[in-house]
Amino acid sequence: MFDLNIWQEIGSTIRKNRLRTLLTGFSVAWGIFMLIVLLGAGNGLTHGMQENFADDAVNSIWFNNGTTSKAWMGLKPGRDIVFDNDDLTYIKANFPEVDLISGRFWLPWNNVTVSHNTEYSSYQVLACGSAYAEIENATVTKGRFISDLDDNENRKVAVVGQEVIDKLFKPEEQALGDYIKINNVMFRVVGIYQDNTGWDNKRVYIPMHTAQSLFNGGNRVHNIAITTKIDPKEAPLLEAKIKAYLMHKYKIHPEDKKAIFVWNRLDDYSRTMNVFSSITLFVAIIGIMTIISGVVGVSNIMLITVKERTREFGVRKALGATPGSIVKMVIFEAVIITAIAGYVGLLGGIGLTEAISAVIEQGIQQGPRQPGQATMFRNPTVDITLATGATILLVISGTLAGLIPAMRAAKIRPIEALRDE
Amino acid sequence: MVDINELHKSYINGKNKLHVLKGVNLHIEAGEMVSIMGSSGSGKSTLLNILGILDNYDKGTYSLGGKLIQNMSETKAARYRNEMIGFVFQSFNLISFKTALENVALPLYYKGMGRKKRNLVAMSYLEKVGLEPWANHLPSEMSGGQKQRVAIARALIANPQLILADEPTGALDTHTSYEVMNLLREINEAGKTLIIVTHEHDISQMTDRIIRLRDGVIEREEFPVKAATV
Repeated sequence: MFDLNIWQEIGSTIRKNRLRTLLTGFSVAWGIFMLIVLLGAGNGLTHGMQENFADDAVNSIWFNNGTTSKAWMGLKPGRDIVFDNDDLTYIKANFPEVDLISGRFWLPWNNVTVSHNTEYSSYQVLACGSAYAEIENATVTKGRFISDLDDNENRKVAVVGQEVIDKLFKPEEQALGDYIKINNVMFRVVGIYQDNTGWDNKRVYIPMHTAQSLFNGGNRVHNIAITTKIDPKEAPLLEAKIKAYLMHKYKIHPEDKKAIFVWNRLDDYSRTMNVFSSITLFVAIIGIMTIISGVVGVSNIMLITVKERTREFGVRKALGATPGSIVKMVIFEAVIITAIAGYVGLLGGIGLTEAISAVIEQGIQQGPRQPGQATMFRNPTVDITLATGATILLVISGTLAGLIPAMRAAKIRPIEALRDE
Repeated sequence: MVDINELHKSYINGKNKLHVLKGVNLHIEAGEMVSIMGSSGSGKSTLLNILGILDNYDKGTYSLGGKLIQNMSETKAARYRNEMIGFVFQSFNLISFKTALENVALPLYYKGMGRKKRNLVAMSYLEKVGLEPWANHLPSEMSGGQKQRVAIARALIANPQLILADEPTGALDTHTSYEVMNLLREINEAGKTLIIVTHEHDISQMTDRIIRLRDGVIEREEFPVKAATV
C-alpha cells in the first residue's frame, strides 16, 4: 500500500490542480466546521439552561397561599388563605416522601430597613427553617445557615446575602459575628451566603419562629417548600396529596384554582429536559443534514473531477496504467484532500467554540453575576469523539462518492477517452 | 513484428451491428515504417486501436512480437501497452498539468521506476528530440510541433518495439509536419517499427509501405519511391 512513487504522483497532481483541490477541500472543511459550530451551539444552549437550574433544588415543590375565588361550606369567596406552623408539622409527619420541608414567612413589609452603624438600606427579609438553604440552593460561604436550635429558641440570628454585607459593612470590617439591625431589632450575623444564580443575594434570612414572635406573625406561614427524592413521575401525585390536605383543612372548594398555587420544580425541570431533548434532536437532524450536504458536495466535485479527467485517465491507460492504478489514484487523492480539509474544519470549529467558551467564562469570572444575567449559553464545546467521528464519516463517504465514478472512469476504454471531440 | 490473420471486428450499437473490419490480413516486419491510409469509416482507427491493444477483436488472430494478443485482462493489456507499444496521437494528449519532463517520464512511472531515475531518463529523451530547454514548461506553453515532439519522446521512453502514430501530423502545418516525419524516420532508422495512420498523401509517401484500407478490408498495398524524405 505504501509506495513512495504513488504518493509522489498523487502529491504532484494535488499541488498542480489547486482550484480543484481547494474546492473539494473547502466543501469538506466547511461541512465539518458548520457541524461543530452547530453542535457546539446546541451544547452551549443545553449547558446554559442546566446552569440556570442551579438556582433552586430541582426536586422542590412550592405551595403558595392565595385567595379563595369560590364559595364553599358556607364560606364566602375572597378569603385569604394563610398556612401555619401546624401544617409544616403535619406534612412532615404524614408524608414520608417529603425529604426536606421549610416554611417561609416574610415580614409584613415588603422591604425592611436593615442597618449597621450608620449604613442602612432596605432589603427583603425572609424567615425560614434550617432546611431552606438546601431547597433554595444557597451556598453559605462563611459561617453557617440557620439551625433548628436557632429556630426553636427564637434566637436573633441572621444569615445575610453577600451583596447586603458589601453594602452595610466596610471592606475591612468583619461582618460575621457582628450585629445588624432589622426593623430596629438587633440580629447577630451567623452566616453569609451566595446564591448560585445571583438573583437572591439581596436577602436576609432569619429563623422562622424568631420572626413570627418578633414581628407579630403568630404562627402564620406564607408558603411551604418541600423537596422529595421520589421519581419525578410520581411528584404530581405527592403534590396532589399535600394540596388535597391543605384544601381540606382550609375549607377550599375543590375546584378553586386561586386559593393555593403550587409550583413544582420537578415539573418545570422535566419540561425543560424535554426542551433539551428537542434541542438535541433538532441539532442532530441539522447535523445529519449538514453531513449529507457535505457528502453531496464532495460527491459532486468528485464526479465532475473524474469526468474532467477522463482524457487524462485515457492517456495514462494508453501509457500502461492499469484500471486498478487509476482507481487507487482517485481514491487516495480523495482521501488525502478530505482528510486534511476535514482536519482543518475540525480544528477551525473546535477553535471557534473553545474561543467562545473562553470569552463566556471570562465574562462570568468578572465580578459576581448580576440578577437576570442568567446564562443562556455556556460551554459550547463539542465532544471530540463525535467531531472526529463526523470527520471520518465525511472522509469515508467522500471516498465512496469518488469510488463509483473512478471505477467507471477506469473501465472506459482509452479509445473512448482519447477520441477527439 | 505484427501478424494479423483474418481479423474481424464489429460494433454493436443497440440493435444495429456495424461490421467494421471484415477479415484483415496484415504482416509487418520489425524495423518497417508503414502507413495506413483510408477514408473515414474505412476501419483504420479501429485497426489502430486493436494494434494498440486499446480494443479487442471478435475473430481472427493478432500477434505482437510473437505474443498472441487475445482476450486479455485490462491489467495485462496495460502491461503489454507499457512495455511494447508507444503511442503518438493527433492531439498530442499530453497531461496538461504536468511539465514536458513529467509527461515524458510518465510511462516509466507505470513501469515502477523511481522519480529521480525516470526524470533523468526523460531528460535524455527530451534531449534526443531537441527540447531539453523546455523540460520544465507546461504543454500550454509550447507550440504544436514541440508538443508532438514531447509526445514522441514519451512514446519512446519505455523502449517499445512498436510505435503507433495516429495522424501524428494532423494538427500541424506542413513545415512542422515534415520535421516530425523526419524525427519519426530517424527513430525508425534506429530500429523501431512504426505504424502511422494518416490521410495525407505526402505523409504516407514518406513511409516504406502504404496500406490502403477500404470498407474493412485491405484494398491494396503500395511501395512509394524512396528518397521522398525532405
